[in-house]
Amino acid sequence: MLIVILGIPLAGALFSGLVPWRRGIGWLGTASASGVFVSGVVLAVGIVEGRPVTGLGGILRADALSAFMVIVIGVIAVLATWQGVRYLEAEIAAGRCTPRHASLYCVLVQGFLATMLLAVLAANLGVLWVAVEATTVVTTFLVGHRRTRSSLEASWKYIVICSVGIAMAFLGTVLVYLAALHVVGHGPHPLDWTSLVTQSHRLDPGVMRLAFALLVLGYGTKVGLVPMHSWLPDAHSQAPAPVSALMSGVLLTVAFYAILRFKVIADGALGAAFPRSLLVIVSLLSLAVAASLLLTQRDYKRMLAYHSVEHMGLIALGAAAGSPLAIGAVLLHVLGHGLAKGVLFLASGEILLTEGTSEIEHVPALLSRRPVLGGIFAFGLVALLGFPPFSLFVSELNMLRAEFEVGLGWAAAVSLVCMAVIFGAVMSHGRHMLLGPKGTATPAMTPAVVAVPLIGGLVGCAFIGISAWPLQSLLHAAARIVAP
Amino acid sequence: MSASTYASVLGLTAAVVLLCAVVTLWRRTLRAIIRVLAVQGLALACVAMVVGLRRHDTGLIVVAVLVLAAKAIVVPMLITRVVRHDPASRETQPLVNVPASLVAAGALTILAFAVTRSVTALVPTPAGRLIPLGLAAMLVGFFALVTRRKAVSQIVGILLVDNGVALVAFLATAGVPLIVELGASLDVLLAVVVLQVLAARLRSLLGSFDLDRLTELHD
Repeated sequence: MLIVILGIPLAGALFSGLVPWRRGIGWLGTASASGVFVSGVVLAVGIVEGRPVTGLGGILRADALSAFMVIVIGVIAVLATWQGVRYLEAEIAAGRCTPRHASLYCVLVQGFLATMLLAVLAANLGVLWVAVEATTVVTTFLVGHRRTRSSLEASWKYIVICSVGIAMAFLGTVLVYLAALHVVGHGPHPLDWTSLVTQSHRLDPGVMRLAFALLVLGYGTKVGLVPMHSWLPDAHSQAPAPVSALMSGVLLTVAFYAILRFKVIADGALGAAFPRSLLVIVSLLSLAVAASLLLTQRDYKRMLAYHSVEHMGLIALGAAAGSPLAIGAVLLHVLGHGLAKGVLFLASGEILLTEGTSEIEHVPALLSRRPVLGGIFAFGLVALLGFPPFSLFVSELNMLRAEFEVGLGWAAAVSLVCMAVIFGAVMSHGRHMLLGPKGTATPAMTPAVVAVPLIGGLVGCAFIGISAWPLQSLLHAAARIVAP
Repeated sequence: MSASTYASVLGLTAAVVLLCAVVTLWRRTLRAIIRVLAVQGLALACVAMVVGLRRHDTGLIVVAVLVLAAKAIVVPMLITRVVRHDPASRETQPLVNVPASLVAAGALTILAFAVTRSVTALVPTPAGRLIPLGLAAMLVGFFALVTRRKAVSQIVGILLVDNGVALVAFLATAGVPLIVELGASLDVLLAVVVLQVLAARLRSLLGSFDLDRLTELHD
């Protein structure tokens, strides 16, 4: 089962690499993403009713948390690959992209999906690291796919900062391995997450403290947490819209998944206090930086990117609280943020395509000029700012409740202040883009191929906000893994 | 080999790894810096080989040969290809001058000894005592990364960080499990290839490796 999930995008990559570019190759990517989503659902149903699944001689392992992440990856990949076809056609039509580059794009997107899936399905924490590092390698060319000077700058910053960050995470992993060897000796799988969790109370606290700090900083680089966030606004604003949607919607949270896994071990070895204070610090810093930089944004893709820094800060604060309620809300937020941010990045790609600029100032009055696209962008912002009925309202509310319950009320209050500032900033930018001064042009229609997946994503985000039904037992099981 | 030769050979090779990291701070021509990096790769492979021989660990000996091939030969060759077109290219204006850089390297080494006290306490072996050297090499790599403005020097910085972490892994845990080691080495090689392609694109776009000319993205 797990091999099938990994095999789908790998086969997709192979096929898109071997067959010369045509439109169908783009749709093949969507088919592969749908395959990942469906198998994620099958996996989740099996796990919720039964036990964790292993595969490939114990290298792969999936519990409820992994299955949930597979579903998140699958959903957002469907949206992003759907829109990817249009991106490639527009680039080819404009002469900015050769058929060879289009094929390369499809291969790399499928490779990107495969590495993210390997990260969430790895049993061994070293393999998890290898997979997360591999995501950096495959996405660098995707960030620079438009081959402009600024996208080259963005991809350079991206790979340099992320390689260094991830090297810190490797050092952290080595130190965890050292602590584990000291307890169990050279057993069969000293770096397996399950064996580390059962032994966690015996791990050396001094080493684990250093290790967890390095892991939060290192994986935090890929999550986009302050102080290692500076690559994020550049990469997310320069990448093609479908890649931004995947990076912002899922890659950040796949890296956060790694922190969650290590947090369970650190909680066992050190008690809850140290991991909690570390996460509170990075989270509040991220929120403060996001709030201050969002105020002065002039570029709507950068605005969305800083908004991701804010949401990663919120997720980190929820994880710091660490109760089952908080972790359940964190995971729901991962899905809700992925959907809303994915839809917004894809819509912003369409705005960039039709308006030709990414400056907020130069795209006024979208609602009257492009009613459907403007409407999608408006509802996306509403979802992202945490209004009901979208699921981000439920998850933010539950995270705040959990934070007050465990005595992190002061941090929750600080986060509320930052959220209020961000709310004001995004509202004023959004109002200009959506309402603004009206022109005389007649409203332009948005093609259904663009609108359907985006509306679908928003409806999905609202649906899981209203009814917890399809996810409740899975979220409950996954939250119990992180917060027993 | 006797315990004392083992300890002194290991100490010597590990020290060479850190020394090479420091030397990259005061060499100016990019070619010389790449040669120092190759020497560091060689020293790193020796560390893995010595630990592997001592523990009769065949896996680690194989890893040592791989490290030799990758970090002492392939990676330096890849980076040399980037600077091939202007062999005289130099790191002309680091943000921090050489004497100050060397003082900083000393301070970072002391810092490395301070923060790894809990780790060295856990591994009371000759190898364990050398762990701070690896961390120090890594910190010097960070320092090179933030103060150097040429694309090639930044690639070297990343590799210094990487070699520092690898040294810690060999000394503390006799390397990581083989599958992780292979995956990690492959990732690093691919990352260097990507960096090399990007650096070549930078050069054709800007006419030099000067990252100060990349100033379009900011807030």
